[in-house]
Amino acid sequence: MATEILVPTLGESVTTATVARWIKQQGESVAADEPLVELETDKVTVEVNAPSAGVLSSIAVPEGTEVEVGSLLGFLDGAAAAAKPTEDPPVGVNPPKRAPGPVSRPAASEPTHAPLPAASKMLADNKVDAADVGTGTGKDGRITKGDVLDFLNRPAAAPAQAPVAKAPRQDEPREQRVKMTRLRRTIAQRLKEAQNNAAMLTTFNEVDMSAIMALRSEYRDAFEKKHKGVRLGFMSVFVRACCVALKEFPAVNSEIDGDDVVYKNFVHMGIAVGGPSGLVVPVIRDADQLGFAGIEGAIADFGKRARDGGLKLDDLTGGTFSITNGGIYGSLMSTPILNPPQSAILGMHKIQDRPMVVGGKIEIRPMMYLALSYDHRIVDGKEAVSFLVRVKEGVEDPRRLLLDL
Amino acid sequence: MSDSFDVIVIGSGPGGYVCAIRAAQLGLKVACVEKRPTLGGTCLNIGCIPSKALLQSSEEFEKTKHALADHGVLVDGVKLDLARMQARKVEVVSANTKGVEFLFRKNKVTWLKGTGRITGPGSVDVAGKSYSTKNIVIATGSESVRLAGVTVDETRIVTSTGALELEKVPSHLVVIGGGVIGLELGSVWRRLGAEVTVVEFLDRIVPGMDTEIATAFQRILQKQGIKFRLSTKVTGATVGETGVTLTVESVKGGPAETIAADVVLLSIGRRPYTEGLGLEEAGVELDDRKRVKVNPHYATNIPGIYAIGDVIPGPMLAHKGEEEGVAVAEILAGQAGHVNYNAIPGVVYTWPEVASVGQTEEELKAGGIAYTVGKFPFTANGRARAMGDTDGFVKILADHATDRLLGAHVLGPDAGTLIAELTIAIEFGASAEDVARICHAHPTLSEAVKEAALAVDGRALHI
Repeated sequence: MATEILVPTLGESVTTATVARWIKQQGESVAADEPLVELETDKVTVEVNAPSAGVLSSIAVPEGTEVEVGSLLGFLDGAAAAAKPTEDPPVGVNPPKRAPGPVSRPAASEPTHAPLPAASKMLADNKVDAADVGTGTGKDGRITKGDVLDFLNRPAAAPAQAPVAKAPRQDEPREQRVKMTRLRRTIAQRLKEAQNNAAMLTTFNEVDMSAIMALRSEYRDAFEKKHKGVRLGFMSVFVRACCVALKEFPAVNSEIDGDDVVYKNFVHMGIAVGGPSGLVVPVIRDADQLGFAGIEGAIADFGKRARDGGLKLDDLTGGTFSITNGGIYGSLMSTPILNPPQSAILGMHKIQDRPMVVGGKIEIRPMMYLALSYDHRIVDGKEAVSFLVRVKEGVEDPRRLLLDL
Repeated sequence: MSDSFDVIVIGSGPGGYVCAIRAAQLGLKVACVEKRPTLGGTCLNIGCIPSKALLQSSEEFEKTKHALADHGVLVDGVKLDLARMQARKVEVVSANTKGVEFLFRKNKVTWLKGTGRITGPGSVDVAGKSYSTKNIVIATGSESVRLAGVTVDETRIVTSTGALELEKVPSHLVVIGGGVIGLELGSVWRRLGAEVTVVEFLDRIVPGMDTEIATAFQRILQKQGIKFRLSTKVTGATVGETGVTLTVESVKGGPAETIAADVVLLSIGRRPYTEGLGLEEAGVELDDRKRVKVNPHYATNIPGIYAIGDVIPGPMLAHKGEEEGVAVAEILAGQAGHVNYNAIPGVVYTWPEVASVGQTEEELKAGGIAYTVGKFPFTANGRARAMGDTDGFVKILADHATDRLLGAHVLGPDAGTLIAELTIAIEFGASAEDVARICHAHPTLSEAVKEAALAVDGRALHI
């Protein structure tokens, strides 16, 4: 008998995903738990595994299609292989029954249920894709006329620009049109959201890295040996310095929720990491409770998993403050953008030897510019500047971190 | 002898028997308790089904007598054979109750004959024998509300039960209560020749229905010959040699009057029926109106005891009970049973019929919800004209901002059937425009529904 392959639950607040790649092709036989298809969500890539051994008898949605949680991906025929009988589908969900025809859903990004008639017309009239409206308020998430009206009235989609942006443009011969990945779309949306909502501005400082470079070269080997291969980097020093400064300036570690300010009595530190499909910001939980080795270990693990696509949704949510390091790509100076609902982000940059005046004499020092972008709605200029100075002091004299100064 | 079950349903009305069948379909071992000699409860035995039989028969009589001439069909000497009409009603009822018996056999539901009494969680006594069960579903329904000073004898002063059994057409039938039951049975006897007066305490009929619809409905009934005494209360009834003398007075005060009637129908509402069920001993909580208190999953305060239908809050409608029966059966089988109370239609089976689903205009006003109204009269509908049934109109209420359907009310021919599409639309979260954009066959009454939906946007085509 054929088993339905359904889109699994993808985590809190994630309702749709894009079929990134069919790992198995139609007619291929698979073992139980072997990955069949790769789904890409806003944040992570998820593999859907075969519930049992069998043959992938049909693929209901082609690659690039947007699918909802619980919708049908394809069928696995268990009878063809000598496998254990397929188990009943989980109780409580009512998977939509659909004929497994390859052309049943040709449109690239249609949700499970067709929008209601008036909604369909309004979508067509306004050249809006049903997928952009998302899950509707009609039965089983159908898109209603009210949902489309609501979508068209959303401030982000200003009516004047939305239709213009959506107008299909004829591609020139040497142009290539590629559909934005979900990750890219989410990044685009979140960044614009941050710019639209926050009163964002940036304060700068610079830090003399001599002290921590000396510290590192002195203790690098001992550290690595003691902490089983975890290497001592600069990142942990900055994380520690930020934790100390955040304690002193709680507004920097807060968020705006409606008319309230929510202060966090903990630090979940987001560390921006470049991955193959874009930037992700995994979060070190309770970073303020961790030592240097704990922080370095967590960052190394994130970097590895970001490259392998092994980050989980939980790794990427709940940050209260972020650090981004453009220096690894050579950036000398930048204004980082907030990661909402957080209120501030620290930008690290390239370390460069520069002539500095030290004690009345010019000396060559390894210098790094620091930038702190912050939401001026809740963080005052004085707080932001003092915060950054405190970070600078911590990095320039790590002994202060020992004493929580 | 198997005397232990997964579910014992007490009462075999539409809520109870549907619950029993659905639970059996889901693989549970089910018994249903019924004390009547036939299954089906009030609805099949002394409610919906016999009243619809008489409504149909009396309508055929009236049509043949008065309406056919207009169609050019001349019938001489139309006579009423009330005995045959009543016998036919009995046949209809019997076919239906036997049908439920068949369904019980088909689905292996055990019928426990006798009065059920809950003796504790998981234990029900029926006819002196004790049965154990994992779950109990109370589906004992409702009974007519009585009125002080008006003693029901079911011959001169009757409830709906007696009003379905009259052997002679009364010359003057007085109906106390202008609700659904009173108007339906009043219509039956008016068509068969009775003079009918409806006495209603409130200043309107069919309370709870959309006022505009109710007002138009009353006008049509008056045109048909029913007399109304609104804002009038009945203070007493005396049964004499030849009939009943009712004492009434205006709600606003004033002198008492008397009304002479052959038969008085007391139809001022129904109340939950839980007598002798042992609820108090079992500790099952009731609300201030003696309805069984349940949570959204139909569970009472006592684990393993559930309740559905007329004994719990909500409209006392057979199909509401049925939906709850299905939902509770599915919940007991570990599924997610649910009833959307916003999409439960209500129908008055007079002619024209009255049907409604969702909210009334008054409810929307009270709720401060901005709405748009679309209306379309049956006089502008080709099919209604051809039928010669042009009384009434369709009224659709949609959210002013989103156009989502909030309520629909139909007064007109076959309103009870027409309301189905609007119920589906509301269930699916549709807008008025959705209904307007769906193709409706021509020439049908349903086109009036589409036109009313268009009228919400001020663009009805045929008016």
